[in-house]
Amino acid sequence: MTVQELPGAGASHRSTQPPAWSPRTDAAPLLPDPEPYRVLGTEAADGLDPELMRRCYAELVRGRRYNAQATALTKQGRLAVYPSTVGQEACEIAAALVLEEQDWLFPSYRDTLAAVARGLDPVQALTLLRGDWHTGYDPREHRIAPLSTPLATQLPHAVGLAHAARLRGDDVVALAMVGDGGTSEGDFHEALNFAAVWQAPVVFLVQNNGFAISVPLAKQTAAPTLAHKAVGYGMPGRLVDGNDIAAMHEVLSEAVRRARAGGGPTLIEAVTYRMEAHTNADDATRYRGDAEVEAWKAHDPVDLLERELTARGIIDEAAIQAVRDDAEAMAAALREGMNADPVVDPMDLFAHVYAEQTDRLREQAAMLRAELEAEDQS
Amino acid sequence: MAQALTRAMRDAMAEDPTVHVMGEDVGTLGGVFRITDGLAKEFGEERCTDTPLAEAGILGAAVGMAMYGLRPVVEMQFDAFAYPAFEQLISHVAKMRNRTRGAMPLPITIRVPYGGGIGGVEHHCDSSEAYYVATPGLHVVTPATVEDAYGLLRASIASDDPVVFLEPKRLYWSKADWRPEAPAAVPGIGKALVRRTGTSATLITYGPSLPVCLEAAEAAREEGWDLEVVDLRSLVPFDEDTVVESVRRTGRAVVVHEANGFGGPGAEIAARVTERCFHHLEAPVLRVTGFDIPYPPPMLEKHHLPGVDRILDTVARLQWEN
Ligand SMILES: Cc1ncc(C[n+]2csc(CCOP(=O)(O)OP(=O)(O)O)c2C)c(N)n1
Repeated sequence: MTVQELPGAGASHRSTQPPAWSPRTDAAPLLPDPEPYRVLGTEAADGLDPELMRRCYAELVRGRRYNAQATALTKQGRLAVYPSTVGQEACEIAAALVLEEQDWLFPSYRDTLAAVARGLDPVQALTLLRGDWHTGYDPREHRIAPLSTPLATQLPHAVGLAHAARLRGDDVVALAMVGDGGTSEGDFHEALNFAAVWQAPVVFLVQNNGFAISVPLAKQTAAPTLAHKAVGYGMPGRLVDGNDIAAMHEVLSEAVRRARAGGGPTLIEAVTYRMEAHTNADDATRYRGDAEVEAWKAHDPVDLLERELTARGIIDEAAIQAVRDDAEAMAAALREGMNADPVVDPMDLFAHVYAEQTDRLREQAAMLRAELEAEDQS
Repeated sequence: MAQALTRAMRDAMAEDPTVHVMGEDVGTLGGVFRITDGLAKEFGEERCTDTPLAEAGILGAAVGMAMYGLRPVVEMQFDAFAYPAFEQLISHVAKMRNRTRGAMPLPITIRVPYGGGIGGVEHHCDSSEAYYVATPGLHVVTPATVEDAYGLLRASIASDDPVVFLEPKRLYWSKADWRPEAPAAVPGIGKALVRRTGTSATLITYGPSLPVCLEAAEAAREEGWDLEVVDLRSLVPFDEDTVVESVRRTGRAVVVHEANGFGGPGAEIAARVTERCFHHLEAPVLRVTGFDIPYPPPMLEKHHLPGVDRILDTVARLQWEN
């Protein structure tokens, strides 16, 4: 029997209509606004909470100082490498501030500052980049996942953790951070899809800082914005000015609230700019000109807030000075903490590979111990 | 070595318009190690392409390009960032020729900077060769000299089979045997070389461990050992004959690599040497490898990597007495 001879074959698909299919009618609210959401310098700033904004300002200034100090430490050889977040402090700080104590942060390798703003000891936060240990803190204690170097791979973890917490009946939201380049990775897409299907309490924060090392956003995506990517997965996408900490705080808080209330995940694209090179090993002059960098200087996150708060009388010279002094003290403490030579124990190589040491590792540890003793004697 | 790799790609692209280079940051920036420096300028962005940041996508797209007659040369930015592409590598790149009864070979070169010793942070120092050599259908080569960097890369690009081309990052800046003119002869894939002749034992090694072995061989002279050093250059295919010939002559062998020992390439090599040299061996084939641990943080890596002393200690154990 050929296909043509099958009963009903041939004409049937022409004569009958396919079953009715209706697109989701709630898709429109998922679409991001065409322009990044802003508060500072707009009427929306009338509603600012002075207390919260003072806190944001203090954290921003500390964040800027932290960036400067960490970069200085690379020049002194105290840090192997430091991916700076100068210009991106508003994203980093807002991400930390909107979380409750029981919530989890899933940072990328660039997000040391968010971890520090969440309360992590600055020296512990830098061990990865200093080179004495990969993750110098207990993630459970701080509810901060290890800084993830492979891009976007931490996003499915955030979804899984938030989902697990939900299954256990715990009130936990996970906030996961990724760069614009990371949104091209398969893990990003799989994480978004899982989160939406499971309605997991997750907030995805994309810091679109213009570049993935040297590759500009236009070579990364053809979508109108990265926030648009949310729509296809069935979650709202929000576009926000990443240099406007008031806007960042508002949009992130709203997404965290929604997640907490069972409303599912949100994708937030923060439009910002990486003022410095990718890391100190990178040469940014190869792929971008000074004019672009200069233009972004005029939209600096610290200046934006300082101007607004000064104009509104929320902070004055004295308050600014106090904040700067505090930041200076933090930097001094960081310097001091980092100036002590880290004590590394070679036997640590074998300490954390398995819960139970294997015979093979015991042998290898004995071999290394003998080598070290021989070295000591010579 | 970096410049030799660049020149190999440039020469291949100039000779053959189907050669395309692609990867993350390979265009304007010239790659994070600058290995593709100048290629986009010379050949245009269509032939040296900054891709979106997606290793599975890069290699998957290369499969399609190769299916349509191009010769993609793919750069994976670092050893540990090639892992997202493993699905494509193992399920498709390695198997396409076989699945299609030879109708559809995939001439793809996958360049992977690998190994440690450069003080890189987590996920920048893996020696991932064991995964590749365990996958039938792939060639796996790794140069240890500037000349081989050029020659083997040319041979890889010319190969009609997929080649995983492992670049020892700590040798990128080596100029040891740099010559301004390109080497006349391009060695085929699958040929090992005796880098130093000796009579008391053979060190079998490749890639980043070659200079360490040569140094150890020099140092061993003081102890009365005259070591032969074989550079494998190609892990798949493995040049059994060159290795066996050397070990039969010296009667003793040590395999040296920085990848983890258990299940590492050294295990396979030791087994093969034992099978073919059993009656010639004065001692079991020993191995000096990285420990069986995840790659350590920079401040501890010197304890993990096989160095001259560890090689010499192992050579001393070749004075085998039950
Ligand atoms: C899976 C993976 N591929 C490649 C890299 C190498 N790499 C490190 S950072 C980076 C660029 C990331 O850009 P983006 O996601 O925009 O984040 P940004 O650095 O701008 O914060 C690349 C390609 C990596 N870390 N992980």
